[in-house]
Amino acid sequence: MIEKNLVIIGGGPAGLAAAKSAYDCGEKDILILEREHELGGILNQCIHNGFGLHTFKEELTGPEYAQRYIDEVLKRNIPYKLQSTVIDISNDKVVTYVNAMDGLVQVKAKAIILACGCRERPRGAINIAGMRGAGVFSAGTAQKLVNIEGYLPGKEVVILGSGDIGLIMARRMTFEGAHVKAVVELMPYSSGLNRNIVQCLNDFNIPLMFSHTVVDIKGKDRVEGVVIAEVDEKLRPKLETSQYIPCDTLLLSVGLLPENELAKNAQVQLSPVTGGAEVDDTMMTSVEGIFQCGNVLHVHDLVDFVSQESENAGACAVRYINEGAEKCSQVAIKCIKGVRYCVPHKLNCDGNYQPLNFKMRVGNVYKKVELTVTADGVKVFGKKRPVVAPGEMESITLNSDQVKQLKNAKEIVISLEGGQQ
Amino acid sequence: MKDVIIIGSGVIGSGIARELSRFDADIVVLEKGNDVSVGTSKANSGIVHAGFDAKTGSAKAKYNVMGNKMFDELSKTLDFPFRRNGSMVLCFDEAQMDDLKALYNKGIANGVEKLSILTGDEARKLEPHISDKVVACLLAETGGIVSPYEMNIAYAENAAANGVKFEFLKNVVSIDKIDGGFEVKCEDGTSYSGKVVVNCAGVHSDDINNMVCPEKINVWARKGDYILMDKTCGYLADHTLFQLPTKMGKGVLVTPTTHGNILIGPTAVDTEDKEDVNTSIEELNNVFDKASLTVPELSRRTIITQFAGLRAHAECDDFIIGESSVEGFFNVAGIESPGLSACPAIAVDVAGKVATKLNLKNKSNFIEKRQGIPHFATMSNTERQKLIDANPLFGKIVCRCEVVTEGEIVSAIRRPVGAKDLDGVKRRTRAGMGRCQAGFCTARVMQILARELNEDMQDITKCGGHSNIVEGRTK
Repeated sequence: MIEKNLVIIGGGPAGLAAAKSAYDCGEKDILILEREHELGGILNQCIHNGFGLHTFKEELTGPEYAQRYIDEVLKRNIPYKLQSTVIDISNDKVVTYVNAMDGLVQVKAKAIILACGCRERPRGAINIAGMRGAGVFSAGTAQKLVNIEGYLPGKEVVILGSGDIGLIMARRMTFEGAHVKAVVELMPYSSGLNRNIVQCLNDFNIPLMFSHTVVDIKGKDRVEGVVIAEVDEKLRPKLETSQYIPCDTLLLSVGLLPENELAKNAQVQLSPVTGGAEVDDTMMTSVEGIFQCGNVLHVHDLVDFVSQESENAGACAVRYINEGAEKCSQVAIKCIKGVRYCVPHKLNCDGNYQPLNFKMRVGNVYKKVELTVTADGVKVFGKKRPVVAPGEMESITLNSDQVKQLKNAKEIVISLEGGQQ
Repeated sequence: MKDVIIIGSGVIGSGIARELSRFDADIVVLEKGNDVSVGTSKANSGIVHAGFDAKTGSAKAKYNVMGNKMFDELSKTLDFPFRRNGSMVLCFDEAQMDDLKALYNKGIANGVEKLSILTGDEARKLEPHISDKVVACLLAETGGIVSPYEMNIAYAENAAANGVKFEFLKNVVSIDKIDGGFEVKCEDGTSYSGKVVVNCAGVHSDDINNMVCPEKINVWARKGDYILMDKTCGYLADHTLFQLPTKMGKGVLVTPTTHGNILIGPTAVDTEDKEDVNTSIEELNNVFDKASLTVPELSRRTIITQFAGLRAHAECDDFIIGESSVEGFFNVAGIESPGLSACPAIAVDVAGKVATKLNLKNKSNFIEKRQGIPHFATMSNTERQKLIDANPLFGKIVCRCEVVTEGEIVSAIRRPVGAKDLDGVKRRTRAGMGRCQAGFCTARVMQILARELNEDMQDITKCGGHSNIVEGRTK
């Protein structure tokens, strides 16, 4: 067994930013484990632009954004292994990975950062009935086939779900000469970014049908068409509204799920809301020395926020390696009234009152609301928002005084006040 | 002229082929699909029934009880997943205790061993997640679970290793009696002559019989929808859990699979179209709601896929097995549940009858054992290291959900009767069978198939025919 101070699992945007930050905080004994044949993660297949507006104040493509961080890692000579898949993490921080060169390797780590991203919800998870021939893809799988492999998954396309990858793929397939007949969304609103609806659908006259879903898939060998229907307020299909759309491809953009099988092996406590770990304000999970950041923790809409969060995780992991864990009590953050979750999930009452960033999502579209944070019933922070939506993550940063109030409270509550649904 | 032509390479056809390959004989299997195990054998409950359910004295009862006993040894010899997990028939109503006892008595009459009736509390001690409404159950310790397609593939590979030829995309359109045997014509214009024909055509076994025999038979396709759940809820059931049939219907089962998932289903709907494996939302909801009566904790959030299979239900409500009135034409028709459980016994019995008919001699060089594809996911770390040392492709993980390596996929393709498409790889290795349902590994598996089969990516299919994954190059 070899020993490492810090093992980072995943060489995508989260892992790269965490590595860079950990190195800059003085930790040189790092190993990044990446399962693909190059660093960069899922950004490598996101060849559209729009990345980096917050971080670099310019619009980059996914591979360009990734390359900025890859360059930082290379400049620092941080060791990484490619085509190396982690198959287990134990509770006492032994990482087991395999690759063709080294075989099976076990690494005893002082700290682990899980930065292994998320996966797409497949057809089965949303219970679409029908035939099971070729032509049903998750949007990301189609994106890989088009952008990495250079193949067109189909020519007549219906997209279910208006998540960002689905919207991006609507435009991408159109560029490649495919005919995108409709984007069908179960909810009365989109879970994607507004700018993507404008730039990927409206600009190409692709209809977006809210409160609709796919109820049947036809075609034995390959998809020949789908049946869509309107849904009622309880999201149940109204079959009398069924209509048939001939197509050869159905793309699914119906949600992303943090990929936490490894965390489960290490007995990390997971949040039933996000599917990621429950972390404190140092990004540490319930298992001492195991940290999480990026889409494995909670699904982000902007990679800039992933980088930001991961740099924090890298710095905190180094502090843990050098100083050990804080022996202090913790205060949980309660989310109510339309706020689904907040990361971090809890704060350490450790006397550290550095400014803190909080990321959260709401459960529905609300107008004219105030996002408030209270400590033992006293309002610490408030932010008025004309509109909030599940598709757009809310980010707030509290100053030292506010953090001090929270860390000395017995109860922290985040909620949406006023406004209408 | 061939000695034997077997029509159909499902578990029955492949099983008979394997048992016949013990003898010195020239055997061909004609399969309509492009792989073995692409009909009923790939989409069923995967249950090895104890044998208490079939009517006493029926062929179903006889072969089921015999077949069940053969699984322990056969699964080791041919290296396919099987577990004797035991089954329970749950009774939810005191008023139905007589029905439960009748089932017990039928089991005893059928020769089923290790049957007992338990109280609700005793049942919950064995299965803590079943409903507290269960008042009693019939426990059959000899019940088991098997991976049906892997059993099918194991049979076929071993048959091929012993000289049996498998011919694919051979849709039989006519069978004529000729001097000394039969001429079997296929849709693609090819024809085969053989001394004996064995009809193992599943839902199409009536069509094949009716080409030859004056005694017409009728086989219906009876569709069943299933739901497969993630391994994370595998702890919810250890035994196979049936519901005692009520006036409301037959109920559905909740069972672990040999790979640790939970499978629930099936429904039963007769269908005209014998290729119709369309699932329907009503049936799927029905499956979930009924299964929740057995295990109330089941959650829709853990569903990973749905599928439907077709049972070959004969009008006479029993297996039709043996030589027909036309000499040399054997039927193995109407093999529905408990056909999988009965399969080992049917295969030995039918092979024996054919061998007697043709006066076949035992082969001296028969290869009894078959070694399956190594399963990286279930190995110890020492075994894994050894495997990678021998072949670095076992260090490349392609399917992350099921931890399947490139080495396994290459082996699945290169073996006798190897995989030709994504579904073929999936059934042999489990690549794409996990919770992401091939979201991540589709492109990689396509590349490996293209490389190994020397085909273009555009020609790679999901399941043969026109099921191409991609429709062309990008601009």
